[in-house]
Amino acid sequence: MKSSFLAAALGCMLLFSPIGANAGALDGFAGAKGTLKIAGGTAHIPVMKEAAQAIMSTNPDVQVTIAGGGTGVGIKQAGEGLVDIGNAGRKPTDEEVSRYGLHMVQWAIDGVAVVVHPGNTVKALSGEQLRDIYAGKIVNWKELGGSDKGINLYDRDETSGTREVFLKNGLKDGAVAKTANVVVSNGAMKTAVAGDPYGIGYVSVGHIDATVGPVALDGIVPSIATVKDGSYKVARGLYSLTKGPANGLAKLFLDYLLTPDGQKIATDKGFISVL
Amino acid sequence: MSRLSPAERALQLTTVCCGLLVAAMLALMLVLAWPLLHSGQLLSLIGGDWQPAAGRYGIAPMLVASLLLAMVAVLLAVPLSLGTAFAAVALAPPLLRSPLMLGVRLMSGIPTVIYGFAAVFALVPLMRQWIGSGSGFTLLTAALVLAVLIAPTMIVFFVGGLRAVPQSYSLAADALGCRPVDKLLYLLLPQAAPAIAAGIVMGLGRALGDTMIGLMLAGNSAIMPESMLSTGRTLTSHIALVIAADFSSMEFKSIFACGIVLYLLTAALVAILRRALPATARP
Repeated sequence: MKSSFLAAALGCMLLFSPIGANAGALDGFAGAKGTLKIAGGTAHIPVMKEAAQAIMSTNPDVQVTIAGGGTGVGIKQAGEGLVDIGNAGRKPTDEEVSRYGLHMVQWAIDGVAVVVHPGNTVKALSGEQLRDIYAGKIVNWKELGGSDKGINLYDRDETSGTREVFLKNGLKDGAVAKTANVVVSNGAMKTAVAGDPYGIGYVSVGHIDATVGPVALDGIVPSIATVKDGSYKVARGLYSLTKGPANGLAKLFLDYLLTPDGQKIATDKGFISVL
Repeated sequence: MSRLSPAERALQLTTVCCGLLVAAMLALMLVLAWPLLHSGQLLSLIGGDWQPAAGRYGIAPMLVASLLLAMVAVLLAVPLSLGTAFAAVALAPPLLRSPLMLGVRLMSGIPTVIYGFAAVFALVPLMRQWIGSGSGFTLLTAALVLAVLIAPTMIVFFVGGLRAVPQSYSLAADALGCRPVDKLLYLLLPQAAPAIAAGIVMGLGRALGDTMIGLMLAGNSAIMPESMLSTGRTLTSHIALVIAADFSSMEFKSIFACGIVLYLLTAALVAILRRALPATARP
């Protein structure tokens, strides 16, 4: 009796312990020491946190700090040497790469989904309708088959990587009405749209949950499957940048992200694996 | 001239350092904004509108939104603070007065992001329903919360001023048969007027400098606000939103224009404050 209980307990520990599950992929961190500073794109944060936790629980000598700030901050701080890894939701421009000597690793793909309040009856839009909504030409949900209420636009700050992908691939570089509300992160966008029955906004596919309703674009519902097979077009790569080739802890960290275990964290958080 | 003790010297040195720091900040901003000043772009930045796509980086809408938000917040906060100060000094039962002031001091210690976060969930949906259209993220929403935020600062100033009125005046008023309300209106209020003015200017300065409330609640559209019910972006929110832009971009340079405008506005407020203060310090 006693031994079977022990075996069950051990089984549970193995099942729930990240140490047991990731021991192989994290071998490289054995004996490593120091602090790794990460900042930048907010879409990257859930994955970064989970990876950092796995690393720090196998090796308490390694400290990983993760800050947000957005893609602009990620590129700038990595380039200025303020952080070891800067996260970006877009490819840095050629100018940024040459000025700072940036090296990049793409470790996931992310879709940017248009979202509305879950109670909104409008569940599908054409690309043209989406452009007209954001340009301020369509201003009432009635025109789209919804209730007779004004549309509240939500937009991200100008330096957001999510916004850049949305503008380029979603709006085809169309204009955004100046009356749009501006929020500062994927989380804030979700909170704003979840609380506004007549709002429309956009978040990274990894952030979609039951509090917001995704909107099909040209007949294709944004989801991990549709981003992965390429049918949903509003997508981007997630990048991590280092000043010069990655070395030390930064290299170990980025290598870990590209292992099957690291990729599993990314897929668990709603992103698409690059393997 | 008497010799200064080491402690006095240390204090003097600290004061000089602080003063130099403030001057250095202005100098730094002027140096960083020199390309704008030199080319005469600063004036067009301050007067123009914000259309980055069209190459226009003016901060006039933010300047107007900032001033509007701060002034409405002060207008809302003054009656609130005066009432609380009256209660704490004269009108509330004596047993309640010190708990009231304790509450006010506690309020002044709450981080602004907490007010903003609570308001996103509690006040914004109410404002949306009440206005009937739009998202509920408006200048008025931000002003209501900002009023609560700056009230403790003003209350502490007001209470200080009301309490500084000499006891002998108060006794004389009592001897004349004044009720507490009469005493408040005809004795304490006129006597404390300079402290009240100082409190209002302090509150205005705090409202103008606050970032989180405007950023979280005012909607942040870079348009010229048409009324308190439209959305708007304050100067401080604008700095927070644009700070991540490329160093060499015009977006980033516009931050320095915002900084200089905010600095000069705050400096003007402090100058007004200093004119009001000596009067309160009188014997």
